[in-house]
Amino acid sequence: MALAQAKRAATEARLEGLSLPASGAWLAQARGAALARLSEMGLPGRRDEYWRWTDPTTLAAAEAPAAALFDDGGERPAFDKIDRVTLVFVDGVFDAAASDDPAAAEVEITRLAEAGAQDIHWAKDLYGALEARGQAPVARPFAALNTAIATDGVLIRATGKAAKPVSLVYRHASETSDAILHHCVKLEEGAELTLLESGPGAARFSTVLEVEVGDGAAFHHIRTQGRDHERRVAAHLFARLGAESRFKTFTLTANGVLTRNETVVELTGDDSVAHIAGAAMGDGGFHHDDTVFITHDAERCESRQVFKKVLMNGAEGIFQGKILVKPGAQKTDGYQISQSLLLDERSQFLAKPELEIYADDVQCSHGSTSGAIDETALYYLRSRGVPERAAQALLVQAFLAQTIEEIEDEALSEDIRTRLEAWLARRLG
Amino acid sequence: MVALDKSEVREGVDRETIETVKAMSGTYKYGWNTEIETEYAPKGVNEDIVRLISEKNGEPEWMTDWRLKAFRRWEQMEEPKWAMLNYPKIDYQDQYYYAKPKSMAEKPKSLDDVDPALLATYEKLGIPLKEQMILAGVEGAAETPAEGRRVAVDAVFDSVSVGTTFKEELKKAGVIFMSISEAIREHPELVKKYLGSVVPQSDNFFATLNSAVFSDGSFVYIPPGVRCPMELSTYFRINAENTGQFERTLIIADKGSYVSYLEGCTAPKRDVAQLHAAVVEIVILEDAEVKYSTVQNWFPGDAEGKGGIYNFVTKRADCREARAKVMWTQVETGSAITWKYPSCLLRGDDSQGEFYSIAIANNMQQADTGTKMTHLGKNTRSRIVSKGISAGKAQNTYRGLVSVHPKATGARNYTQCDSLLIGDKCGAHTVPYIEVKNNSSRVEHEATTSKVDDDQLFYCRSRGMDEEEAVALVVNGFCKEVLQALPMEFAMEAQSLVAISLEGSVG
Repeated sequence: MALAQAKRAATEARLEGLSLPASGAWLAQARGAALARLSEMGLPGRRDEYWRWTDPTTLAAAEAPAAALFDDGGERPAFDKIDRVTLVFVDGVFDAAASDDPAAAEVEITRLAEAGAQDIHWAKDLYGALEARGQAPVARPFAALNTAIATDGVLIRATGKAAKPVSLVYRHASETSDAILHHCVKLEEGAELTLLESGPGAARFSTVLEVEVGDGAAFHHIRTQGRDHERRVAAHLFARLGAESRFKTFTLTANGVLTRNETVVELTGDDSVAHIAGAAMGDGGFHHDDTVFITHDAERCESRQVFKKVLMNGAEGIFQGKILVKPGAQKTDGYQISQSLLLDERSQFLAKPELEIYADDVQCSHGSTSGAIDETALYYLRSRGVPERAAQALLVQAFLAQTIEEIEDEALSEDIRTRLEAWLARRLG
Repeated sequence: MVALDKSEVREGVDRETIETVKAMSGTYKYGWNTEIETEYAPKGVNEDIVRLISEKNGEPEWMTDWRLKAFRRWEQMEEPKWAMLNYPKIDYQDQYYYAKPKSMAEKPKSLDDVDPALLATYEKLGIPLKEQMILAGVEGAAETPAEGRRVAVDAVFDSVSVGTTFKEELKKAGVIFMSISEAIREHPELVKKYLGSVVPQSDNFFATLNSAVFSDGSFVYIPPGVRCPMELSTYFRINAENTGQFERTLIIADKGSYVSYLEGCTAPKRDVAQLHAAVVEIVILEDAEVKYSTVQNWFPGDAEGKGGIYNFVTKRADCREARAKVMWTQVETGSAITWKYPSCLLRGDDSQGEFYSIAIANNMQQADTGTKMTHLGKNTRSRIVSKGISAGKAQNTYRGLVSVHPKATGARNYTQCDSLLIGDKCGAHTVPYIEVKNNSSRVEHEATTSKVDDDQLFYCRSRGMDEEEAVALVVNGFCKEVLQALPMEFAMEAQSLVAISLEGSVG
């Protein structure tokens, strides 16, 4: 009881002084419903089982803790060699001057700020809808908060194959910025789209991405979360998959004092495929939490989770991944692997790989390992004249390689690989 | 029923044993009830009941106070809700907390004085209590396949210990094996020192309730350097209606000692669910080793989920000193509800914990079981092998924690959890927690869920087995790694239980 009261007080404190942004009818309704959900569940506290290993206090606080700006030393921006349509948000505010003309992607792109002012919009069936579905069986209060108060984001609808990837670039320009963006992507039957996200976004950054993948459609998503050490992120990705559709997402995280990436995927059409992968590298004050929930609710679907973390100097890596196979979801193929490489005695890896299965004709497996660099392999490389740190870097690269292989597009996987190698060279070179 | 003809039988197991095991067909075999006059304490639980239980056991004041402290704590606690179990709310005031056969009013001086009805009960269960019979090989020979293997038994009937066999012989070796109520009177210094030192009074809701109202149980002390000359065992039987059984087992293995301990349990078929909340504490000192094997066969309730035992058990072993070793093996086939996580506290450097489990849930049974391996000492090792089988409309969950503390450098864990589903109305779940807080430790976890392989079934069927036999054989193969960890008599029993528990799950 006391706990519920404390929760209510914390939620009220967070919402105090916040008013729902003025919106058109469809959006006002979605925001109101999200606020009601949030009031019902309350913001999480340290005692919440779903936040067992990640302290949500700074994400829930009314004021965002300051985060110093990070000088990346002129590193070339992510995806700069990819022919793409770039939309830039600086501390959560759209920067038209820095952005490309969205029309070049040959898909329908509207900003939430514009669409939300209208009385009716196609996004009304999607905005907040997948987030609401994703609230059971486990509450995701920060996503509901996002739906209620996000002022901007992009709404993308594709009916065919997009001409170019859409690239959302998030810049962090103010030490105390607190940004909330909410995006919706709707792929009609047979449509194809690649969505790129990059950058830290703000001192405290909340994103919700809702993706409806229609029958036979394909969605690719590659994300890098910037290298700012002090930034905090709560990112939610909700996806619903139609029959014979494909969904692939990959996230690269290097640095960051707090990252919580929640991915909630529901396979509702037969023969659909979902791949979720992530590579995280952290040094020192680094806390990275991958929380994944896959629901199989159709026959012959495949889901695959591949997560790897390299942790050093007291960095903390969390993995909470669940595969839920509903009754009747026969011939499900579910796979999950979570691994961490701990480069020193102080780093930690905490994992909860879960299976909940109500259908009998399924193949589901998960594996999780944690340990130091293989001494034998290291010795082998050293005996071949490779200097110790270079040998370490090589083995770390090999360890992370499996996640990058999840990226289909070669140019994109090359981009990610280069960034990863650069990070390793700075740390271990 | 059991496909033993076709399966490989271990050396040393004679034909007769196989026949006996084969005969163990039919549904729940131990569902009969002993007509015996029983003395009850008033229904419900309160401080007076706690005092009454303490008084009935002739306990010293410190013990009464210990219980009362636990009871007061329990009143503040809430029943845990995190397990994947659904059962109607338990009315803790609608149970009897103490039931004792009237003939036990005067504690029998020796086994010869024990009420023949009670002895007959245990004989019927296949647990002969008369040493001379066992020695003469007259009774129960079929149950002891390997010649010369003797097992000392402490038999607990409802709330009291009926008798303990081979006490004298064990005494010669320095081993103390008696009911815990006797131990509180005869060895208060040992009980005082160790009781609650592994599972504290306020550990969890059910353990705290047990601390307040436990009526009996077994006590074992193995002195330094002694290898216990025979296997020890406790057999728990719930007979009385509406009665909860709350037993407490305390095992202390002093430096360099060894003991293998077996536990069995059954209960009559009844329409109303019955509560069982036990605590087992094991203290293992330097270089000592304890093997604890359980075949849990409480009444699982009928096919519609009526009746059955609600089994809420706290078992924990404390490897308190260097190189201590514990091995838990459990075969969980009974109970309507199972809530059980035998755990290992690996405190001593180089200590070792192992957990082997088969959990079978059929019909409406629900099991939420697993283990906790807490690595605190350096170079500690643990191994978990869990096999969960779900059939009918049952739900079976493996729940475990492997925790490697920052100072537990060089620790090693390997976990394997496999689930098998038979039928599309049941569920199999895996909820492992893994916490690794240093890098010299290596932790590996693997889990799989699948159904009984069609190819294997087809092969067996083509060899002339009927479908149930074929499933039993495949399932036994699936469980082999765990069955092999059991002492032989138990392995035989467990193997046949696997088949019996799955009866009616096919077709």
